[in-house]
Amino acid sequence: MQEYFLLFMGAMFVNNIVLAQYLGNCPFIGTSKESGVAVGMGGAVVFVAVMAAAITWLVQRYILLPFGLDYLQTLAFILVIASLVQFVEMFLKKMIPALYKSLGIFLPLITTNCAVMGIALICQREEMDLLTTVLFAFASGMGFMIALILLAGIREKLAVRRLPMAMRGTPIGLVLAGLMSLAFFAFKGMI
Amino acid sequence: MIITSGLTLFSIGLGAATILSVAGRLLYVKEDPRITRIEEALPGANCGGCGFPGCSGAAAAIVANKASASVCIVADAETNGVVAAIMGQEVVEREPELAMCDCTGGQRATDTFYYEGAFDCRAAHQLYGGSKSCPSGCLGFGTCVRACSFNAIHMGPDGLPVIDYDECKGCGSCVDVCPRGVIGVVGMTARLLHLNQTTDCLAPCQQKCPAQIDIPKYISQIKMGDLDGAVATIRERNPLLVICSRVCPRPCETQCRRQHVDEPVGINMLKRFVADRELRSGVRLPIPCAKDTGKKIAVIGGGPAGLSCAYFLRRLGHHPTIFDAMPELGGQTRYGIPEYRLPKADLDWEIQGILDLGISVKVNTKFGVDFTLETLKEEGFDATFLGIGAWQASGMYAEGEDLDGVMGGIEFLTAHALGQKPAIGDHVIVVGGGNTAIDAARTCIRLGAEVTLMYRRTRTEMPADMEEIVGAEEEGVQFEFLAAPARVIGDENGRATHLEYYEMELGEPDNSGRRRPVKKEGSEKRMAASLIIPAIGQKPDLSCLYEEGDEESCPLETTRWQTILANEDTFETAIPGIFTAGDVYTGPDLVVSAIGDGRKAARSIHYYITQGEIPIPDATQRDMIPHTLFKEINNVERKDRAVLSHLCHGDERNCTFNEVEGPLSEAEARAEADRCLRCGLVCYDETIDQQEYREKKNI
Repeated sequence: MQEYFLLFMGAMFVNNIVLAQYLGNCPFIGTSKESGVAVGMGGAVVFVAVMAAAITWLVQRYILLPFGLDYLQTLAFILVIASLVQFVEMFLKKMIPALYKSLGIFLPLITTNCAVMGIALICQREEMDLLTTVLFAFASGMGFMIALILLAGIREKLAVRRLPMAMRGTPIGLVLAGLMSLAFFAFKGMI
Repeated sequence: MIITSGLTLFSIGLGAATILSVAGRLLYVKEDPRITRIEEALPGANCGGCGFPGCSGAAAAIVANKASASVCIVADAETNGVVAAIMGQEVVEREPELAMCDCTGGQRATDTFYYEGAFDCRAAHQLYGGSKSCPSGCLGFGTCVRACSFNAIHMGPDGLPVIDYDECKGCGSCVDVCPRGVIGVVGMTARLLHLNQTTDCLAPCQQKCPAQIDIPKYISQIKMGDLDGAVATIRERNPLLVICSRVCPRPCETQCRRQHVDEPVGINMLKRFVADRELRSGVRLPIPCAKDTGKKIAVIGGGPAGLSCAYFLRRLGHHPTIFDAMPELGGQTRYGIPEYRLPKADLDWEIQGILDLGISVKVNTKFGVDFTLETLKEEGFDATFLGIGAWQASGMYAEGEDLDGVMGGIEFLTAHALGQKPAIGDHVIVVGGGNTAIDAARTCIRLGAEVTLMYRRTRTEMPADMEEIVGAEEEGVQFEFLAAPARVIGDENGRATHLEYYEMELGEPDNSGRRRPVKKEGSEKRMAASLIIPAIGQKPDLSCLYEEGDEESCPLETTRWQTILANEDTFETAIPGIFTAGDVYTGPDLVVSAIGDGRKAARSIHYYITQGEIPIPDATQRDMIPHTLFKEINNVERKDRAVLSHLCHGDERNCTFNEVEGPLSEAEARAEADRCLRCGLVCYDETIDQQEYREKKNI
């Protein structure tokens, strides 16, 4: 049990997917202007990351490894994740319209999200089992969501502050991301 | 190995594609094809101005009937037409609406503290209401500028947002972010319907004006040389500018802050200048009207209240019909104000301009005789406005006042205006101290009689306008102050020959603040008179409302002053759908009050026939706003007030009915307009630059 807890905390805080591994910076800056949008995007990432990690684990285990094709891992994962997101979008639209409404507009953005891809690849590199993979993906997604919401909160406050012209918008967002990254570095000593 | 890889990826791709296409089939959600078509028709700016997430969101909302076909604020009429056609709707023209900034202060309003921190109006407003001393003025941090998606706003040199009307789409993003309510998106209808609000930027003159004319705006338009614009500004509140610019006693000028420097700005002279310019130019400026609504309203009485009400109803798109008992429209302005103050030709020109908007008129039609409230309803009028004025002269309460040779002031003036040439003889006594008394006296002087004006108080208490009193004195009217009529003495033929009167003295002040005149017992005197004109007061003649002799049958509630009772905000009477204003509601009052109330009644009628309910906002301004009546005015250079030239002089005046006062020249008008301090709620233009002043004075 303790093992899973450590995995969970590690993925969420210590090895935060965006602040420690620097993956998914594009949506991290792009969708962190408003906290409402940040929550939606974060939710979508958690959802897709879990799905993608589980499917790619199956693909790796039952297609690529048996045929000795693991050198095609990256390419195959891209294909699989892109198709998966498309499928999930269609599925949600038909079956769970409520969930589609809250996550729908973010799903296409995740098709090429390197955070999702990164989570899937890390699981394979660490040779996790399916349960660990799902948990890890969930925790990493949550880590992304936390970072996103924190940044959005700060940026909302910052939007009404006096800033030098050159720093307004994305530049200050990047500076903030860097500072947050340094702050999260403190978690390194915890585990 | 390459072949294996290629094949593998191909087969994974193929597998995914198969699954997706099958899923696409199975999970197909039937979507309205119109959404795609509308999305294609929309400009695709994804600006969010419509309030939906992007153009696809707007398209979905239009199809779901949650938004109108014209929801897109960027789209032109053609695009709206295409969208409406997809939705199977008809396109109707919408009144253009643009953003307006009503603050004139900007940096002029003093800072209460220096703001170090968020350069954002909303943030600043949350902190002690902002850094400016004005409670509802612009804070000037430019949040609206940043909110505008169309780059239509920039900060001007005064620290006020300047709106570029070519770019403004009227989306209202600026209105949403402004914490002060400085910016509003309004069209003509909204402007015509607007009542002064205490949150508006109201200069004291505009608060005082019964018609709520935007005085600082038209004065600054005159200063800038936009004389047509000034006329349009006045016409949004007052359609009778030629009349008012001649006869208005100018309540606005009593509130002018400039009086604490030198003298008030000649507001009415400036109105006269622009009104006369249009009058003499021979070209009428166009007056825009809203889209036709097809609603019919009966306006009973063609005086200033009725004309104003009909004019505003027409501009709001309705179809008023004016009924008047007299042969020509104008009411008291035609029959009560003599030619030398208001030439009939100019009055005709002004009234014709109002009627040309598409107002029908039925003259020589007497209410209560030729038609009643019931017949109007049967004829299909949606609402009725009652503005029959106050035409009954009050009596002197003196014995013998019904003898021949005694004629009420308004009666005399009406008879004269109708060309009936009432016999006046050689010595006329006019009783009363108001404008009607002076008008009657000056008319009689012009008809060649000697005139004595009898008033029971002294000159300082006279309610008439000072210019009128001075004019009467100059023309040779004799004044008999502190004299009250006791009885009229007649000869054997029943014709008045003398007026017996008491001498009076002033006692304690009464409710109106004027000292009450007290009779000196035993002081009776007699004065010979060929005609006695009591011009003491007027009241409405309500006999048209009830059946002969039976006052109980009057369907409306009345007051003890014989005026009609109505809601003081909506002007609606006890009977729904019947509205009133003017002298019949207020008792004898100013022309400009009748005009202002006529507009308010038109506003109520508009809401009554379009929505059924008449909204009166809580912040509606009723009294003067105390903190705007500042008396300390610094750094303003003294400048002389313009003087109206007299068109005819001395003895000549006494035998002609030609107009006495002439208009300003353009240069004089500009100079007078330049005297305006453009007051806001608490700020005003300082004309002396402190730095320059100090340098000049070597301080």
